[in-house]
Formats: sequence, C-alpha cells, structure tokens
Amino acid sequence: MTRNPDRPLSPHLTIWKWGPGMLVSILHRVTGGALAVAGLGIFTWWLWAIAAGADEYQKFVECILWEAGGVPLILLVLVGLTWAFWQHTLSGIRHLVMDTGAGYELRTNRLFAVLTIAGSLFLTALTWALLMGVWA
Amino acid sequence: MSVGESSTPLGQVRGIGSANHGGEHWIRERLTSAALLLLGLWLVVSLLLLPRLDRLTLTEWLQAPSGAVPMALLIVIAFIHSVDGLKTVVDDYVHDEGSRLLLHGILTFAGIGAGSLALFSLAKIAFGAN
Repeated sequence: MTRNPDRPLSPHLTIWKWGPGMLVSILHRVTGGALAVAGLGIFTWWLWAIAAGADEYQKFVECILWEAGGVPLILLVLVGLTWAFWQHTLSGIRHLVMDTGAGYELRTNRLFAVLTIAGSLFLTALTWALLMGVWA
Repeated sequence: MSVGESSTPLGQVRGIGSANHGGEHWIRERLTSAALLLLGLWLVVSLLLLPRLDRLTLTEWLQAPSGAVPMALLIVIAFIHSVDGLKTVVDDYVHDEGSRLLLHGILTFAGIGAGSLALFSLAKIAFGAN
C-alpha cells in the first residue's frame, strides 16, 4: 500500500461547497450513525424493559419522561431520532434510485434532495401528532 | 489466479475493493435497506395503531406471531444493516489498517452482543414474560 496518509480517503466536509445534494448525503451518514448507536440502544433498552417486568418498564418510562429544568431531554432525543429515521429512510430511497443510475441531472438531483428534507420534517411532525393523539 | 482479460465484470470486483471483499458488502447494505424499508414502516404503523403504549398492550402485541415475527426480522436486519453502515464510515475515515480492523472487530462484537440481548428480550416477551 503506497498511499500518502496526508490525503483523505474520502472527501471531507471542508472541501465541499454546501448545497442540498451534499447536505442530504452527509445527513444520511449522520442520521444512520445516530440510529445505529442511539436508536438501536434505546430500542434494545425498551425491549429489555418490557421483558424485565412491570417495575423495570415503569423505570424505563420514567427515564424517558425525565425532565431537566422542565425540559424532557430524553423525549426530545426520541423526537430527534424519529426525524433521523424519516430522513435516513427518504434519503435511503433516494440513494436506491441513484444506484440505478437515475436522478443525477442537476435540477432533479437537487429537487429530490430538498424533498427528502421537507418530507422528513413533515413525517416527524405527523408521527408525533398521531403518537400524542392530537388528532385522535 | 490473476484477474485477466477473460474475467467477467463480477469476477473483477469479487475479493477486492477498499475492504477486500468486493461488491458483497455493498449489495448486502442495499438488500437490508430494502427489507428495513418494509420493517421500519411496519414498526411505526404498528405502534401508531396500538390503542395504548403501556406494557400490557405491548406484550400482547409481541406475543402474537404477527408482532413477534416481524419484530425478530427487524432486530436481526437492523443490527446487520447498522454494523455494515458503521463499518463503511470506518473504512472511509480511518486510514490506519490496524485501527480499521480493530474498529471492525469492536463493531461486530457490539452489534452481535446488543442484537442478541434484543432478540432474547423479544423471545422472553413472546414466550410469556409476566
């Protein structure tokens, strides 16, 4: 392996001009990392708490609803992870489409990128509205 | 056997690439993503359709085959997809070969470990935790 270690293996954020395409690309990675670590972490903790019995599940619920100065921090993390789920899902669909060789035209590519961001924000709001029974 | 002019396009990528296993990792990431598209939507819709989110309702949901089987698939495939994804990030940003292999090992151990805990919990619920 004769590679200059001073040169990056992958393009780094600092050398890209910011735009919808690169924003969605890096968001795909960031949201994927968050879902893999925090998402699966809380998901496994949740399943473990259900299995562990009523007392442990009650503790889990109390942890989720824990407030710091009136702000439910863990609940906000869950809202953030919901957004990460929708963003990663939509930009994932975008990547599957692009894997077929489609959607590389500048205008189309930009439009799809913007749509994933708008879509993820809308679906996050919709999910939590339904979850909290706002329209139920 | 060297890659000669007679090799097929698939034969040229098998066993090579930045992580030395050609296109298989790339293809598995896409296959698991397609499965997770279905299973992820199943999870969100199922949770929203439950009348309540208390432990009794969740337990009844996961004790039925219609809840337990998709959940088992979701656990296995989500952990495979997550470990694959995190390994890709490591491949892109970790330059040193030793550190890269160490991080891959840690991700594999952590993924299988946490995934097993999730699967065991599901089994305990499905087969009758009280």
